[in-house]
This record gives sequence, structure tokens and C-alpha cells, in this order.
Amino acid sequence: MTVAMTIEQVAVRFGGLVAISDMSFTVGEGEILSLIGPNGAGKTTAFNVMTGFLEPSAGRVTYQGTALNGLKPHQIADLGLIRTFQRTSVFPNDTVYDNLLIGLHRQGRVGLVDAILGLPRARASERKLRQRASELMEWVGLERRAHDAAGSLSYGEQRLVGVALALAAEPSMLLLDEPVSGMNASETHRFVELIRGIRGRGITILLVEHDMPMVMTVSDRIVVLNYGRIIAEGTPEVIRNDPAVIEAYLGHGAARA
Amino acid sequence: MRAALTILAVAALASVPLWLRDPYLLNALITTGIFVIGAMSLNLLLGFTGQLSLGHIAFFGIGAYVSALTSLGFDIGLPGGFRLVHEPWPPILGFVLAILFAGTCGYFVGLLSFRVRGAYFVIVTISFAEVVRLVALNWVELTQGPLALTNVPSIALPLAGVGELTLRTKLQNYYLVLAVGLIAYLLIARLVHSHFGRAMRGLMENETLAVSVGIDVTRTLTLAAVISAAIAGAAGSLYAHYIRIIDPEVFAFINTVTMVIMVISGGKGSLAGPVVGGLIFGLLPVALRPIMAPEGQWIAYGGVLIAILFVLPRGIVPSLAQRFAARRSGKTPLAPVALAETGVKERV
Repeated sequence: MTVAMTIEQVAVRFGGLVAISDMSFTVGEGEILSLIGPNGAGKTTAFNVMTGFLEPSAGRVTYQGTALNGLKPHQIADLGLIRTFQRTSVFPNDTVYDNLLIGLHRQGRVGLVDAILGLPRARASERKLRQRASELMEWVGLERRAHDAAGSLSYGEQRLVGVALALAAEPSMLLLDEPVSGMNASETHRFVELIRGIRGRGITILLVEHDMPMVMTVSDRIVVLNYGRIIAEGTPEVIRNDPAVIEAYLGHGAARA
Repeated sequence: MRAALTILAVAALASVPLWLRDPYLLNALITTGIFVIGAMSLNLLLGFTGQLSLGHIAFFGIGAYVSALTSLGFDIGLPGGFRLVHEPWPPILGFVLAILFAGTCGYFVGLLSFRVRGAYFVIVTISFAEVVRLVALNWVELTQGPLALTNVPSIALPLAGVGELTLRTKLQNYYLVLAVGLIAYLLIARLVHSHFGRAMRGLMENETLAVSVGIDVTRTLTLAAVISAAIAGAAGSLYAHYIRIIDPEVFAFINTVTMVIMVISGGKGSLAGPVVGGLIFGLLPVALRPIMAPEGQWIAYGGVLIAILFVLPRGIVPSLAQRFAARRSGKTPLAPVALAETGVKERV
């Protein structure tokens, strides 16, 4: 498998606090890789490093041959590396449809003069964006909500808007930060189908998630973090039976039992 | 529906000089119109990017001075014994230079302050306006300082084949201001409905998310600042050539406050808001003048502002639009506060 992303000896320290001590792993092209670990293990920190929201204290992240160090989040987004956020993250006062149009920013770049004068090039681009926004809305199943303010949607629906927004940015790799937390079983089930569908379009997926059954079903490979370092890496079967992982999650006694 | 309303409003404004013969009222309408253009430019920043420029009058004043000096000419000493002499140019070139110069200032102020934003942007803009005012006051050789630049020529439109049309009468200036106002309105409308406008809205609502889908913060905000400053500069140029005298008082803080009041009362983030708010607060002093003493006028002015914001907290245009939409669909409108709360930014 070709490697999409390489994380090499990344460390993140906030003053004296070590969030990530030494993290190295790779993500293969078209793979669904999950990053799991107890609360405070450094998962979201790792996410922030990979998407440019945080500069690592040491180490480097490379995506499709480009080093990400020093790049701003919007520049990393331009490489096709798009993330979602842990808490609800939509543009609350805009309609779902307009949310997606904002998400399509990378596809809609036209010259300022074209846009202001409404030249054919700008109009054609707008038509294309509107069509694409409708397709995306249909794909995540939110057509009914198209003209409601995103902030008025239920929690689960806002999550879907968040994913649709990320997809609108045309990722080649999508990073999902706890996408199903707060969703009920049927919503989670639908979401797993959605993730598989996304991968079916050739998009690499990195998932941070607490819902273990979900992670075990959907992942090709799992990386387990604890106290800022990787304690295990492998397929769901390997991880499920790894003593170090069981200990990290359930404590020392459980590992022996 | 919206287009029909706009056309109706333009037609109504265009017909005013046909039935309003009073030169005093026409004069009030022209100066109000000029400030409405300023308010529209402020709204582009305040209403569509959420950045409050409390020194917006600086761009207006820079436009006024650049335009006046271009058409009057100047002769100033430079360090090393050189002299910079500028012969008077046609005022229409002053108008163009005012737009370019104010826009350039907007670029630098934007670049300087959008790294920090929020309260810092407010402070930088206030300081900028004050510095520009002090320069205008003290660089007497160029600006005449408190003695003012007088006899600024009226704008003359070059007409192909015929020569020039000098806009001296109130009637001509009314239509000039209306035309520039319309162009500014259309320009802002096109901008905010394009993908540039969506990037601005995205940044205002949820910056972290906007950045994550590839929106460049500095570029987007600087662009808004440049266009906003350029339009304010155009308004300043109109002001200089209409009033025909310009002094450092143009930079007074109260002028920025007036524009902010026009935007907030009319509805920030709404295209028609500054026009409606601007017409009300531009013409209110004129309406109050015959019936009240000056102290009373100010109290009434404040009273009207408070009453508007109390009854229509989001500003006249958005509040009325929301009520109208709610009545049509029969649903109660979503409380804007509740919506705003869900928009709490994720801090990483």
C-alpha cells in the first residue's frame, strides 16, 4: 500500500506538560485508520498537529511528500487534508445549503473582477457549486433541512453537516474527530455506512473515536495512544487481544484476569 | 420581491428632485447620501466580517484630502531642499486617486491589525484616524491645517465629443451621489453574494471551521478592508467636491460614530440596512431642527436610536424582514440569541 501520511517522531509539549512524547506511524492511501486511547491520551493534539492548528515541538508530518511543518491550516486544507471537529461545528446562522457553499470555497475560487462583474466564468462556477452543494446534501441525507439554519438542527444532524462541509472541501484525506459521540445506535450505524461510502470514493480516513464497537467494525488498522505514546498498532483483532491495550483501558487487574 | 423593492426604492430616490424644490432639504439629502455611502462601506467590514472599524472616517477623510489636493495642486518642501510641486489636475482624477489611495491605506491597516483582530482592530483603527487627523492639522504646508483647503473645484464629468459637464448645482450633485451610491451598493451586493462574501461570513461565524475548509483569514479580511476603505474614500472625495472646503474636523470621531449608528440601527450585515439607517439618522436632525432647541435635538436623536434598538434589536431591515418571513410561513422565528449560542467557537 502506498503511504499517504507519515508521522515521524512527533512530540508536543505545553510548557512542562507532555501531550505527545514520541509518536510515529503511517497512514496508507485509501485506508481507514483509527487513533484510539483513553481520555487525555493525546488524540486531539495529534489531530491538531496534522492539520496545522498546532506546531509540534519536535518531529515532522509529511502528507503525499509535502512536509506540513510551518504551513497554516488553510494551506494544509489546500493539500486536500480536511478535518472535522469534536464539538458541533457548523456555521450556525446560515442555512445548511449555504454551509455547504461556504465549504465549497476551494472549488469556487474565481477572480475578484469576475465575481463582482458577474462575468460568465463566475456565473458558471456558481452554477457548478450550487449543483455540487445539492449533491452533497442528498448524499448525507439532509435535503429536507436544506433551508433551515444549521444552528437549529439536532446534534446528530449538525454532525452530518460537519462531515458534508468537510467533503465539500474535496479532501483526499479526511480526519474525523469523534464523529459519533452523542449519536444514538441507529445514527451511529448510518454514520458507519457513510464512512464506508466516503472511503469508497477513494478518500483516506483517519478516525479518532471513543465508541469501541464502531471503531472495531469500521477500521482497517488501529493505533492506540496512552499518555502521549503509541502502545499498540494493528488490525482490530490484534488490538482487541493486546494486553497493553486492555490494561490501558481497564486497568492492571483486568489485564491479568 | 426583493428586486422589485430595490427598483422601487431607486425609482423613489431618483424622483426626489422632481418634487422637492427646497435647496436646504436637497442639500441635506446630498450630504446624507454621502454619509450613507460611508456607512455602506463600514457595513462591509462590520456586518459581513464582524470587524468594527472605529476609525472609518480616516478613509473618508483621506479620500477627501487626496481628491482636494489633486484638484487644487500643492507645492511642498522635501528634506534636502527639494520641492514637490503638483499642478492642479481635473477633479475626476482626484476622485479616482482618492479611491486608490484610501484603498491602499485600508490594505496596510488591515494587514497590520488582522493578525490580532477584535479589540485590537478597533484600537488600531481609532489610532490610525487620530494620527491622520493630526497630520492634516499640522502639515500646514500641504493641508493648510486648521485654515482648511478652500475653493475645491466641483467634479466635472468628461463627455465624449461635447467637452465637460461641471456639476455645480445641487440637482446635478444629487444625481452624482445617487449614482455613486448605487454603484457602491451593487459592488458590495455582488461581493457578499460571491464566494468572497461566503468566506467572510464563514470567518465571522466560525473561524476555526472556516480555516479548516481552506479559507485564508488574512487574505479575506484584507480584501474586505481594501474595498471598504476604497468606497469610503470615494464618499470622501464626493464630500470634498460638493462642500468645496475641507478641514481636519472631517476626521472627528463623531463622524465615525454617526456611521456606526447608521449601520447598527439599519441592520448590520444587511445590504439595505445602512441605507435605511443612514436616511433616518442623516435626515433626523433636519426634521428636528424647526421644532426643537439644539439640546432637545440631541436628546431626541438618542431617544430615537434607543427606541429603534429596543423594538428592533437586530436593526430595522433584518428585524422587519424576519417578521415578514415569519408571518408568511406562519412559524415563529428562531430566536437569534439561541442560534448565536450554538455558534460558540471551538477553541483549539
